[in-house]
Amino acid sequence: MASPAPNPAPDSTALPARDTGMSRLAMGAIALGALAFAVLPLILPTYQVSILTEVLIFAVLAMAVDILAGYTGRTPLCHGAIFGVSTYVVVYWTSQMGGSPYVGVGLGIAAATFVAAIFALLAIRTSGVYFLLLTLALGMIVWGVCLRWTSVTGGENGLRGAVRPAALADGFSFYYAVFAAVAVVAFVMWRFVRSPFGLTLRGIRDSESRMRSLGYNVPAHLFLAFTISGFFAGIAGALYAMFNDFVSPSTVGLSQSVEGLLMAITGGIGTLFGAFIGSFAIIGLENLVSLYTERWQSVLGAMFVLIMIFAPEGILGRIRSFVAQRRR
Amino acid sequence: MNSLNAFQLLNGLTFAALLFIVASGFTLIFGLLRIVNLAHGALYLLGGYAGYAAASASGNFFLGILAAMAVVAATGLVLDQGLLRFVRGYELRQVLLTLGVAFILNDMTLVIFGGDTYTVPAPEFLRGAVRFAGMFYPKYRLFVLALGILIFIALWLLLNKTRLGALIRAGVDDPEMIEAMGINIRRIFLLTFMLGAALAGLGGAVGGAFLTLYPSADAEILVFSLAVVIIGGRGSLVGAAVGALIVGLLNTVGQVMFPEFAYFVIFGPMAAILAFRPLGLFGKAA
Repeated sequence: MASPAPNPAPDSTALPARDTGMSRLAMGAIALGALAFAVLPLILPTYQVSILTEVLIFAVLAMAVDILAGYTGRTPLCHGAIFGVSTYVVVYWTSQMGGSPYVGVGLGIAAATFVAAIFALLAIRTSGVYFLLLTLALGMIVWGVCLRWTSVTGGENGLRGAVRPAALADGFSFYYAVFAAVAVVAFVMWRFVRSPFGLTLRGIRDSESRMRSLGYNVPAHLFLAFTISGFFAGIAGALYAMFNDFVSPSTVGLSQSVEGLLMAITGGIGTLFGAFIGSFAIIGLENLVSLYTERWQSVLGAMFVLIMIFAPEGILGRIRSFVAQRRR
Repeated sequence: MNSLNAFQLLNGLTFAALLFIVASGFTLIFGLLRIVNLAHGALYLLGGYAGYAAASASGNFFLGILAAMAVVAATGLVLDQGLLRFVRGYELRQVLLTLGVAFILNDMTLVIFGGDTYTVPAPEFLRGAVRFAGMFYPKYRLFVLALGILIFIALWLLLNKTRLGALIRAGVDDPEMIEAMGINIRRIFLLTFMLGAALAGLGGAVGGAFLTLYPSADAEILVFSLAVVIIGGRGSLVGAAVGALIVGLLNTVGQVMFPEFAYFVIFGPMAAILAFRPLGLFGKAA
């Protein structure tokens, strides 16, 4: 793909596979995955279809996290909050103001983008652990406001409302609406990370000082990347509002951000579509575990610990480095 | 909108003292080991519960404090030697690992103690209020204030007047050099980690007597500690003290004047400080 970006860093070790094209293998896997998501609801019972809907929605959140964590080299812990702001706005708009769900979705995404832009202004000056800490603190502020601002957010009780438009009332048609939306969003994100802008972000990830001396406006790129990532998280949050018809402080809480990040990591940081695998794995596990025990938090924590120790590059990352090794 | 009075100002100061106790442990670990221990809040809560259990079983508040510090320091030992050793040198993986541990610890304390609210029983002579300057003020909160100052002095002496302190300070600046000089830096790291954890436990036991203990208390104290360290700068004791004062007082101002947006009142100054000093007021570049 033609791109004005300067020659990629030769010492880039983060992505072992070629980035410029997509191998036939990867294409086949994506086609297979898309086919599975398209066909599975036809044979699954209603409850599993709703889980699959959730998988798709959270994959968008995980991809939004991946844009920052994988392609920009800044690991955020506030995306649950950005996601949840959108959910809150959509539910509030439809249930308390009686507005149309379509306008609500637009407002929710706009609100999430706006929050992300503010976070970005503060966070882009930092990197590494400081970035993580700052975004964590920013996300917690949103959580604190949602918890305490009882007159608007309903506090601990949250807000309930029938958000879903009548046309999508049953789970089956809603699934396919989400499927279509997620397919479009995933394609746009894929184009985004491969665009000249996306390549510049990777350059910043690999060597900020080099990109700066090449004349790129690094802070502006980081700001835009953060805001765009927040925009996508907002889309996921709006879809979640329609899916769940309910929002409470736990939607914007730390564990939401953590789950989003864990999905991105499980799938493989910097693989974008790995998010679908991560989302499927985590939500599948969550549903499986909750059949046997209420200790999902512990399982989530233990997963985090184990993945950090044994497979920090995630499932897709593992496969990718394995394939790259065999090619050598 | 209410205005502030001396009583609320004192509340802010005592809260700052507690924050300092907790955040000083956090900043010590962060500064020396480069580990952002996101389980620090969970350690605080664990210390609180341990303190509650020991103090109500033995009837002695100070035994509770000791038990809290011991339990949490032991947990710190396990965390460092059992888990963190596998990811040494990877900053981000360390942070995320401690986050996972925080989830587990929080969930386990929920299993054991349930969702109820507990208060660590304060000793008889610290209950009630004293009268001074024309107002009544709870004795216990004054005790926390004094304890905060005491801990500050003790830590300052430890860091500046002892050999261990000199090694810790040197380790903050250049761990490789220390190692090259034949000093077992691993042991110093471990000691610091346990000391930092013990401070979280102390904070939990002390804070549990006036802020009460409940399942989400760990996240709240963690955010405050993060704000303190972001404002004060990594690894700086004075930074932690100044940061704790700023956050504690701002939090009180926020709660009195804008109860629903107390968090924002901390957030504004934090943002301003970051804009001008990304490493915090007293932070030094690594």
